[in-house]
Amino acid sequence: MTQATADIKIDTTRDERVKPASDAPSTRPEQGALLSVRNLRVWFELRRFGFGHAGYVRAVDDVSFDLNYGETIAIVGESGCGKSSLMKTILGLHRPTEGEIYFENRRLNDFSRREMQWYRTQVGYVQQDPYGALPPFMNVRRILQEPLIIAGVKDPAEREARIRKALEEVKMTPVEEFLPKFPHMLSGGQQQRVVIARAMILNPKLLVADEPVSMLDASVRVEILRLLRALQQAHNLAVIYITHDLSTVRYFSRRIMVMYAGQVVEQGEVNDLLSNPKHPYTQALIEATSDPDAANAMKFREVPSGEPPSLVRPPAGCRFHPRCAYFIADVCDKETPPDFDVGQGHLARCWLYR
Amino acid sequence: MANRSSFDAPLLQVRELVLHFRTSKGVVQAVDGVDFTLNANEAVVIIGESGCGKSSLAKAILRLLPRNVHRYTGKTFLYGQEVMALSDEEFRRTIRWNRIAMVPQAAMNALNPVLRVGDQVAEPLMIHQGMRKSKALEKAVEMFRLVGVPEDFVHRYAFELSGGMRQRVALAMALVTSPDLIILDEPTSALDVLTQANIMNQLKRIKKEMGMSFILITHDIATSSELADRVAVMYAGQIVEVGDALRFFQEPLHPYAQKLMASVPRLRETKDPEFIVGQPPSLINPPTGCRFADRCHRRFARCAEEPPVIEQHGRLVKCWLYTEDGVNQRDASHSRHQD
Repeated sequence: MTQATADIKIDTTRDERVKPASDAPSTRPEQGALLSVRNLRVWFELRRFGFGHAGYVRAVDDVSFDLNYGETIAIVGESGCGKSSLMKTILGLHRPTEGEIYFENRRLNDFSRREMQWYRTQVGYVQQDPYGALPPFMNVRRILQEPLIIAGVKDPAEREARIRKALEEVKMTPVEEFLPKFPHMLSGGQQQRVVIARAMILNPKLLVADEPVSMLDASVRVEILRLLRALQQAHNLAVIYITHDLSTVRYFSRRIMVMYAGQVVEQGEVNDLLSNPKHPYTQALIEATSDPDAANAMKFREVPSGEPPSLVRPPAGCRFHPRCAYFIADVCDKETPPDFDVGQGHLARCWLYR
Repeated sequence: MANRSSFDAPLLQVRELVLHFRTSKGVVQAVDGVDFTLNANEAVVIIGESGCGKSSLAKAILRLLPRNVHRYTGKTFLYGQEVMALSDEEFRRTIRWNRIAMVPQAAMNALNPVLRVGDQVAEPLMIHQGMRKSKALEKAVEMFRLVGVPEDFVHRYAFELSGGMRQRVALAMALVTSPDLIILDEPTSALDVLTQANIMNQLKRIKKEMGMSFILITHDIATSSELADRVAVMYAGQIVEVGDALRFFQEPLHPYAQKLMASVPRLRETKDPEFIVGQPPSLINPPTGCRFADRCHRRFARCAEEPPVIEQHGRLVKCWLYTEDGVNQRDASHSRHQD
């Protein structure tokens, strides 16, 4: 699919969105946007001594994107850029402060408890730290059984069959050997497979993977990424892949969004963005990422010093301007740049491209 | 700096170093016969995956041992002086931190929360060199400048600093006694890429300007190449390959090193990375013979025996493939591929 056709699709879904968000599911299932995020803001209130307003932490500030059925998108950013808050809001763990999230054209903001329960069967979550994500007192069978029980699968035989199928899908065979094991008896890679099996067991349409391989050893990392990619293709899953590691992005997703200080500063098709980064922040990220090469030891890397700004009082204008090498006085520190199209749906939020 | 017994000898020589732990399940052979040499103003990178014994190796060099040590043998020479022969007290007084310092793993989270960071950096000087506090604090400020922490941060507490700044403070603590050698255990693993690049820049500068020597212990091969003069690859308690970084990153010799390099995702290449099938062996009763044999794509009959360390063009590799038997084996498999 070319970028152009993808754009058209996004446009049609935008039209559909104008209709009141009824509880009727999408009229054209499995096509168009599965998830739409519109001008999302997630702010956390700061209080002084437990009461008395002391400002907001603007973790996510005006983020919009669409994710089609079966599409993969990577969200890249450093710690504190708001990528986890964005993810948790999409998962329904935080409430949006402003803006909307639509899932199959249904507005997530006003989901009832019941609808939320349904929503959670549609969205799988792969956590960063597999050992922390698995209850230590449950064996693999019980861990995988839990979501089925909560989702109301009453027949034990059916549950067992689905557990086995899920384990086979994540290549934990022979299944019998793993079912009675507890998390501490598994290696890091196997634990992450169980986490993935648990996320997949209710056949979700969307998978949110939060740094799924950052805690794993290099030799296992690729194995897990390949597994996720195989599952994504086999089930036509939409995947949000959250990472700080640019070098794994290409193996996994087609689109990429770069976040800085609560905002998306650049987005586009992966290969285009990585080979031709436009925003100075993305350029810095790429410059700072090393490939194994002895020549690295001979040179200093040109990276901006300093740290990301406070999200309580972010800098006026472009939030990257205090660290930016291309800072334009009276422009970058005054007005917030809009998204500039730098070609084929590649957007950069930077005044350099006005 | 303390007196050196010989200026001709390399900075650090580690010979047949063994560190075994006693556990309820048996003896864990965390470090099992490690040899390597480090020259002055050189950085050796020790690459390995979790559980390969790389952090234990650092502890064995600095003699920071837990209570359940089963066996601790071997020799380490610092400028030719045998430091393993020193008594614990003497080692603590003359070697540890005065001549070999360390930035331990997750050091940034290990700073004392109730001490100002400046006092913490000054502390080794007061304890190890008996310096007066005012003088030690002056030195601390100097170190802060060197590692890129604003000078007025000496009066701050650890919680007032970001992760990157705390990591720099930990580095300042290691630098402050002007040791001959600093051991860095995963110095950048929990940090963001930009912070990581900044700290690697700082380390390069310290190496160049102060002539500092480093042992860098890491699982992150890409970042390790930022500092490496030489690379040692560790697997299951043993070093399987040591060589010059330039040659190593171009063409690793040991099959494990080759596979490990192939598993690194690269930003600037489109080739898909591979993974290594299977898991490292348990260090309780590790297999006799080559410890990587089970997972090795080049395995042959001889691998059931303990592999020798072969020297090839100044590089050391612990693998049967580089013996006469192995060469025949390689030729055989090569011609098979051509058929």
